[in-house]
Amino acid sequence: MDPECSRLLPALCAVLADPGQPVADDTCLEKLLDWFTAVTEAGSSLLLLQENPCLVELLFHVLKSQDLSSRILSFSLRLAGIFAAQENCFQYLQQGELLPMLFGEVGPLGGAAWTAPAVRSGWIQGLRTLAQHPSALRFLAACGAVDTIFSLQGDPSLFVASAAGQLLVHILDLAMRGPAEGHRSPQACDWPACAQKIVGHIEDSLCSTAVPQVTQALSVLTTAFGHCHGLWTQGLWVRLSPLVARLLEKDPVPASHSLVDLLLSVARSAPSSYRGLWETLAQTLSHLSPTQAGPLALGILKLQDCPQALRTQAFGILLQPLACVLEAAAQAPGPPGLLEGAAGNSMTVDTLLSSKSACVGLLCCALAHLGLLQPLPQRPSPWPQAPLLGAAVTILRLCSGSAAPTSDVGSRLCAILVGCGRVQRAALDFLGALSQGTGPQELVTQVFSVLLEYLVSPESSSMVLKKAFQATLRWLLSSPKTPGCCDLDPHTQLFLRELLPVLQKRLCSPCWEVRDSGLEFLTQMTRHWGGQAGFRQALLASEVPELTKQLLRDPESYVRASAVTATGQLSSWGLCATPAGHECPGAQQESLLVELLHILSTDSEGFPRRAVMQVFTEWLRDGHADVAEDAEQFVAGALQAASRDLDWEVRAQGLELALVFLEQLLGQRGSHCPYAVALPETAPPGVLAQALQVLCRVQLFEFAFRALFDCDRPVAQKSCDLLLFLRAKAAPCGSPQEAGDSPNVASVEATLQRWQAGEQGQPLGYLEPGAVVALLRSVDLEGLRDTLAESSDHVEKSPQSLLQDMLAAVGVLGENEADCY
Amino acid sequence: MKLYCLSGHPTLPCNVLKFKSTTIMLDCGLDMTSTLNFLPLPLVQSPRLSNLPGWSLKDGNAFLDKELKECSGHVFVDSVPEFCLPETELIDLSTVDVILISNYHCMMALPYITEHTGFTGTVYATEPSVQIGRLLMEELVNFIERVPKAQSASLWKNKDIQRLLPSPLKDAVEVSTWRRCYTMQEVNSALSKIQLVGYSQKIELFGAVQVTPLSSGYALGSSNWIIQSHYEKVSYVSGSSLLTTHPQPMDQASLKNSDVLILTGLTQIPTANPDSMVGEFCSNLSLTVRNGGNVLVPCYPSGVIYDLLECLYQYIDSAGLSSIPFYFISPVANSSLEFSQIFAEWLCHNKQTKVYLPEPPFPHAELIQTNKLKHYPSIHGDFSNDFRQPCVVFTGHPSLRFGDVVHFMELWGKSSLNTVIFTEPDFTYLEALAPYQPLAMKCIYCPIDTRLNFIQVSKLLKEVQPLHVVCPEQYTQPPPAQSHRIDLMIDCQPPAMSYRRAEVLALPFKRRYEKIEIMPELADSLVPMEIKPGVSLATVSAVLHTKDNKHILQPPPRPAQPTGGKKRKRASDDIPDCKVLKPLLSGSIPVEQFVQTLEKHGFSDIKVEDTAKGHIVLLQEAETLIQIEEDSTHIICDNDEMLRVRLRDLVLKFLQKF
Repeated sequence: MDPECSRLLPALCAVLADPGQPVADDTCLEKLLDWFTAVTEAGSSLLLLQENPCLVELLFHVLKSQDLSSRILSFSLRLAGIFAAQENCFQYLQQGELLPMLFGEVGPLGGAAWTAPAVRSGWIQGLRTLAQHPSALRFLAACGAVDTIFSLQGDPSLFVASAAGQLLVHILDLAMRGPAEGHRSPQACDWPACAQKIVGHIEDSLCSTAVPQVTQALSVLTTAFGHCHGLWTQGLWVRLSPLVARLLEKDPVPASHSLVDLLLSVARSAPSSYRGLWETLAQTLSHLSPTQAGPLALGILKLQDCPQALRTQAFGILLQPLACVLEAAAQAPGPPGLLEGAAGNSMTVDTLLSSKSACVGLLCCALAHLGLLQPLPQRPSPWPQAPLLGAAVTILRLCSGSAAPTSDVGSRLCAILVGCGRVQRAALDFLGALSQGTGPQELVTQVFSVLLEYLVSPESSSMVLKKAFQATLRWLLSSPKTPGCCDLDPHTQLFLRELLPVLQKRLCSPCWEVRDSGLEFLTQMTRHWGGQAGFRQALLASEVPELTKQLLRDPESYVRASAVTATGQLSSWGLCATPAGHECPGAQQESLLVELLHILSTDSEGFPRRAVMQVFTEWLRDGHADVAEDAEQFVAGALQAASRDLDWEVRAQGLELALVFLEQLLGQRGSHCPYAVALPETAPPGVLAQALQVLCRVQLFEFAFRALFDCDRPVAQKSCDLLLFLRAKAAPCGSPQEAGDSPNVASVEATLQRWQAGEQGQPLGYLEPGAVVALLRSVDLEGLRDTLAESSDHVEKSPQSLLQDMLAAVGVLGENEADCY
Repeated sequence: MKLYCLSGHPTLPCNVLKFKSTTIMLDCGLDMTSTLNFLPLPLVQSPRLSNLPGWSLKDGNAFLDKELKECSGHVFVDSVPEFCLPETELIDLSTVDVILISNYHCMMALPYITEHTGFTGTVYATEPSVQIGRLLMEELVNFIERVPKAQSASLWKNKDIQRLLPSPLKDAVEVSTWRRCYTMQEVNSALSKIQLVGYSQKIELFGAVQVTPLSSGYALGSSNWIIQSHYEKVSYVSGSSLLTTHPQPMDQASLKNSDVLILTGLTQIPTANPDSMVGEFCSNLSLTVRNGGNVLVPCYPSGVIYDLLECLYQYIDSAGLSSIPFYFISPVANSSLEFSQIFAEWLCHNKQTKVYLPEPPFPHAELIQTNKLKHYPSIHGDFSNDFRQPCVVFTGHPSLRFGDVVHFMELWGKSSLNTVIFTEPDFTYLEALAPYQPLAMKCIYCPIDTRLNFIQVSKLLKEVQPLHVVCPEQYTQPPPAQSHRIDLMIDCQPPAMSYRRAEVLALPFKRRYEKIEIMPELADSLVPMEIKPGVSLATVSAVLHTKDNKHILQPPPRPAQPTGGKKRKRASDDIPDCKVLKPLLSGSIPVEQFVQTLEKHGFSDIKVEDTAKGHIVLLQEAETLIQIEEDSTHIICDNDEMLRVRLRDLVLKFLQKF
């Protein structure tokens, strides 16, 4: 500990011990604990206490004082835990009987302060930190802490209850680590008393008829198997698994969620070491209700190595709800076992029909689980792509009311599901996920037709519609290319012809979310297919480009932003609107450019302006024909607008545009990797002079230097990077050019200094290339970059500063010494 | 209690309820779908319509070709359109005491009933219902009278001939009772019989029942009705809405505890959500106008149009449609727009508060001020000078058979740039369009029906818990086209009773009590005796006086001083004889104690049997049987009066007398 901190510590301890001077800020105490943890990790705690007796005094004082706040009490308990984590320091504190007084029954445990959850939490955390050595175990046994921890498992505060469970596991692990070493799953009779006690308690809880008790035991075990990897856990499993299995005999199975968590936790750690685990999992799968078994089935299927039979059983559980739906909606009795081995069983059917919430819950879970499984390498094989597609389509049709099931179950399902947005969203997500696989053409046609039905239907809510657009996009982009032909296949073309009128209508929707998702869909589609003749033809024959352009004036800023992105994308492919419906050259393009510049300089919201800058950057980067025609003017206009913008993201994007322009003039930046050793390549002098002239003309420097002192750090950082890149290109270090040659530099530097001080009113004026080079050299860009790279509180987060802050807050230090940050 | 069902149309009901001594007609809807069988009445001579070929039988017989015309495979009657009236034969309508109107759409048949059936009663309706109902009738009369048609077809109605006609003419019901539209004179006379009422106002009908209108949330002044006596309550729910539109919200709480709930006027398009339809309406309108096309919206002059104009008010600026003119053409357009602004007390809370600002409650005032919405009585006159395209036209009639809409259909039907958007749910749009085929203009069907859907009904019924629900038969099964949609029917316990046109329903509850008032002086003379805590009884001797369905117990006239020798009074002076009353008994007989008492009194060999209603005590030796039930005790023994009296006295020991 540095001497200055040592000097401040007594005063701080006095403040902490004084109930009349409450510490205002909880985070200070947390920071203080972090600091003490760091100090004790670096050196001896014993020494620390001996050198700073005020700390022990504080702990004693806390015990004596009646009216201390619960925060300070909690802090002291945790602090004591930190010190006592080292065995010699533990002994030292024990000599003074401090620890039993803090953690034993005579301490806060029996007092009024115990009612505060913060104190109980501090007590647990203190013990958790303290319990690192055998002496601690003996102490815990002696002071009867374990019983208290048992009772805290049912604490009304969830934080306390959960911490109590974790502490039990920690103690168990500590107790077992010693004897287990070198032995293979020691017999229960060898276990230390402390472990025996905890395991006995878990056993009792598992046999209890009270569900909360069972839940507590299961969650302790879950933590144990998830975090402890000693051999003793195998012994624990042998001892407790019969009790766990017995839970399955109860109806309903108590604490099924926790049971699933436990089994998965065991299975994930080292399944082969736990005897009978697979059988227990199989049993559990068959005993739990369809809704409860879903998460377990998913967990099993995600396991790397697991018996095939169990995987099949688990997969069957996930498929069952969909199998029921397929069966119920079948017009005629179809081929048996559409999803093999997973024909809808009566329990699943009962759940589906029991209530709307049960039906919706089960279907949504099944769809979500299967959707998660779909992209995984360990997903079941063969993957029943076709029946799953069929099921997703059927569910969507039941939800829209367009399916006409003849069976009784089908009709009841239809009545439950019709218009249900949650299931629609889940099914559309799942359908989208299934686009990664293939399917028979007939089914794919059905997929597209149900997607179209949803896109057309006025009853689709905006969220459902968004999902429908996303799923449609995924299916469109995954549709197979016709071999030997680079254009879209005829099915897709046909679909597009039906889709575009729908998109047109959606772009006119009074609901802005719908217009927005329509535009996003259009942008994505154009990005992928802008070059496909079939797509271009269909799009240009529709009103979509014209409508998109009109939406640049939408009253909703999100829609304007999406419209900007969409028109930008359309224009990149030469697909923007023209009165004659032809692909657009010059004149029209210019007007779009003007319109976007207008948005950039006048739009009251940030999103559209950000979108414009992104489009401009993309246009410049991709060499958009009309931008390339007069890139200089384009960049000048864009930078001028961006420099005045109040939104830092627009300014940052302006720098991105400037960087792209620089790269085009001076050549690519080197490797983006900051650790690359390659020296930057200097531009040839002729090119450089010309480029600098251009950069001066577009006033890039004014923009970049102003951004260098931007109050938003990302902008300043970006500008710093840009100027560093420019300096590397234009004025590499050591180049014998005359600095300060130009008469302008001094005044410019003065202006920059004023800017840095926050007075940004004065313009930089026109800069000569020479002056720029000189400036680049004279400004300490590296220094600035390093400063900017530091987090904003780097100066103020030293421990000394923390102590000073805390003292200043209660007025112990003089006003002028306070760190005002 | 009986319900006579005079209309088969679930949203245009006409039922008669006989309750206690009153005969109450519930609504008076006019089924106008019959007009779909007729050719449109063009405002301007239409060569297309006048040149349609006459229809002839398969054998070439063309005797009907003057009456029936063929258009794109459909056959239409070339005559003044006629309406299908409520059933008039099922019950003598002159006996109807009152007619309760629930909303302005459900009173369109009123002149037929009040002017032609001998009706002498009163009609009750709220003021907006009457005023807007008048506008609807006025518009209807105007639409039909301004295109006089010389020809009146009747030959086709002959039953033998009708059989030979193609569908749907062949299947049209009761064509012989179809009538032409009424006149303004009949309208005025009918409306003069209306008495205005306010929400929650209690109206006594002959002292027998009380009727009360409640807000139903569907339209300006729309009501549900409570018809109740002291011990029975019938709720009549017709055309109600739980959506937040312009009218006052629906009063659900007052419908609780009904014995019978008659449920009519649910949404006609249960699969279409009004919000989605409004969205669809706006999108299609915008799309058409942006492409340079015109939009035609066939509509009634009141109702949903207010909400549509409000949506458009919010939408047009954002959609860049500010420069597009909106025209509202109806003989009553001006009155409708103005009436809507003055019925503040009948509006939803938001709109009511605007009035105090003061601002017009509906934003269409601003649309009119800024010239974005213009209204005209007809296409003739000023409209033709102002007419600019592309534009949006709201006009009637939604059946497309008469009104200015016919002209626009003829004018714009040939171009695919134009769109007709159907928002009124009363007519099947394909049938409405049939006489305009082939049609190039786009047709969009966005029926906006804000009335209750089946999910809302199910919630409502759970909330108000009526003992019995009565509804049109259409609501008790899924729609025929979607037989699997069991969610599109009323699902309640006990199952709803259904009715159809011309059916008489005996409502499933019996009246058990009648309220009787007791005069104060008579009440004073009572001597109550507490027979158990909280329950006291008293005997009363009085005269029951009944007048105007009110029953009053009055003190009996003092007995006249007995005049010598005259033992019997005249029958008219007969008063109840209070002197020789046997005491009244109360209480119950505890069987075990009774048996013990019997044993104490020397009876032996006693056997007790339990029966469904009580117990039988058998005195086997005495061959006697005592039957003890909740409300009676019988001693059955063979001619042993002594024994009977002994037993009787033992029984009486357990009972209280007063």
